[in-house]
Amino acid sequence: MLKQRAQIAGVHVILLAYSLLAVGPILLVVMNSFKSRNAIFGSPLSPPTGDTFSLIGYMKVFHASLIGTYFANSLIVTLVSMGLVLLFGAMAAWALTEYKFRGSAALAIFLSIGIMVPIRLGSVAILKMLKTVGLNDTLTGLILVYIAQGLPMSIFILSEFVQQIPRDLRDAARCDGVPETRIFFEVIAPLLRPAIATVAVFTIVPIWNDLWFPLILTSSDSTHTITLGVQQFLGQYITDWNSVLAALSMAILPVVAIYIIFSRQLIAGLTSGAVK
Amino acid sequence: MAEPLSQVVASMPRGRFVALMTLFLGPAVVVYTLFSIWPLIATMGLSTYTTDNAGAYRFVGLANFVTLLADSVWSKPFWNAAWNNLIFFCVHMLVQNPIGIVLAGLLSLPGLKLKSFYRTVIFLPTMLSVVIVGFSWNLILSPLWGVAEGALKAVGLGSWFAPWLGLPSTALVTLALMSVWQFVGIPMMLIYASLLNIPDELVDAARVDGLGHFRIFLHIKLPLVLPTIGLVSILTFVGNFNAFDLIYSVKGALAGPNFASDILGTFFYRTFFGNQLQLGNPTMGAAVATVMFFIILVGVCLYLFIVQRRLRRYAF
Repeated sequence: MLKQRAQIAGVHVILLAYSLLAVGPILLVVMNSFKSRNAIFGSPLSPPTGDTFSLIGYMKVFHASLIGTYFANSLIVTLVSMGLVLLFGAMAAWALTEYKFRGSAALAIFLSIGIMVPIRLGSVAILKMLKTVGLNDTLTGLILVYIAQGLPMSIFILSEFVQQIPRDLRDAARCDGVPETRIFFEVIAPLLRPAIATVAVFTIVPIWNDLWFPLILTSSDSTHTITLGVQQFLGQYITDWNSVLAALSMAILPVVAIYIIFSRQLIAGLTSGAVK
Repeated sequence: MAEPLSQVVASMPRGRFVALMTLFLGPAVVVYTLFSIWPLIATMGLSTYTTDNAGAYRFVGLANFVTLLADSVWSKPFWNAAWNNLIFFCVHMLVQNPIGIVLAGLLSLPGLKLKSFYRTVIFLPTMLSVVIVGFSWNLILSPLWGVAEGALKAVGLGSWFAPWLGLPSTALVTLALMSVWQFVGIPMMLIYASLLNIPDELVDAARVDGLGHFRIFLHIKLPLVLPTIGLVSILTFVGNFNAFDLIYSVKGALAGPNFASDILGTFFYRTFFGNQLQLGNPTMGAAVATVMFFIILVGVCLYLFIVQRRLRRYAF
């Protein structure tokens, strides 16, 4: 009995130590972003007090960069991509799992190539193509690329969810003579809501965090996303520790807030049958 | 039993069925083909061309690949990047995945309290941008700030400290460990999920035979989650062989010191986009991307045809 208790305590010590390792660096950056320069260097490990509290870094970031624009751009790109990935992905997943027709298996394999092959490797041609049609350096160009990038994984995940929907539900609607399009939009689509969290982890978070495509496809300040904007700001102000820590915290905090609010759904989605 | 579905579909005029499928599948297939599959093919096509000063394209066959692999101006940095990439991948396989397995094993212990707290916290870094993680660690490891040095001193290891990111001998491994720190949550979650799927009867039978938690994990659970470990390995492989963001944000396009942290992603970027040392060269860039494509393809095929087929026999 005693041995067992010691074992459980040991397990908690290991997990707690690892948890500390996981959040320690994040806490350190956020904590120090609210401190004056002297306090950042003098006592990096202590939280801000009345004496050392300072928002100078944040003010500098707002003055010296278009952080509001970057944030809005990221929000537009991510939300529009997310909406369309979910819509197109759900429609395709439904069609592929519900109706078997000649070539549907081949089409499913074709659509899953993108799960393993990173779209990044086509960047040279993507940039050339977008330049030809005048979509380089626009948010539209980014959104189209991100939809293409997110679709394969979301179709894969959504197909698993579609399969779990009881057959009777759609058949009952069919017996009542409801047209196929309405069956999807009014019966099936609302049932796919729990899949959103899983799709978000695998396709939406990578879009918000992506550096590569904004770096390759956008050249002007007004089309930068938050990840690229912060990256360039950090490069310029690397010696100004207040600004650097503030910019990092501003990129960290919204993601952490959303993660904490939705962590239950996100983790349930991850550990559910969706990824085997 | 006649299925209502087949009746509905069979009674539907052919034209209407085609229209329905076009409506459902059309948008996904068009966007995906235009912006994912076609660019991959077109990039491979571009890799067989070269551009002159006026920007006109000229077909050169496989000459770009010969240059890349045999001309020492190109081949030296290419092989350096490929070798570094292999080291980067090995660090992930040897550190990230074993830690992920251990954490998943501990979290799946029956009756463990605070489970969801640990899961949430350990997965947190995975949600952050690589850029943010890179910069944060850059600050923490910086001798200027001295946080890492102070932490080591506190446990009596102060003499171990070195500016790891700045030394050619340690920069790459340090960067790889930063990436491990961030992404350990993915193997942990995937393996944890598949540990939860193991039928209770198997574990109970072993317990009746008097096996402890550790031996149950090693001899019963671990072999059963091998397919998931295979999946995690191929995800790690693909992710590592097109990694870029971390090295670029910490070390810049030149992947210093003296290219010690250069991997294929940064090499591709420099070739394609140019940098302080050279002009951008899209057709050579396309050749590098094509080589990266084949490296990833070989990995994925090995996984699909060997690893997955072997492991499936033991799957439940």
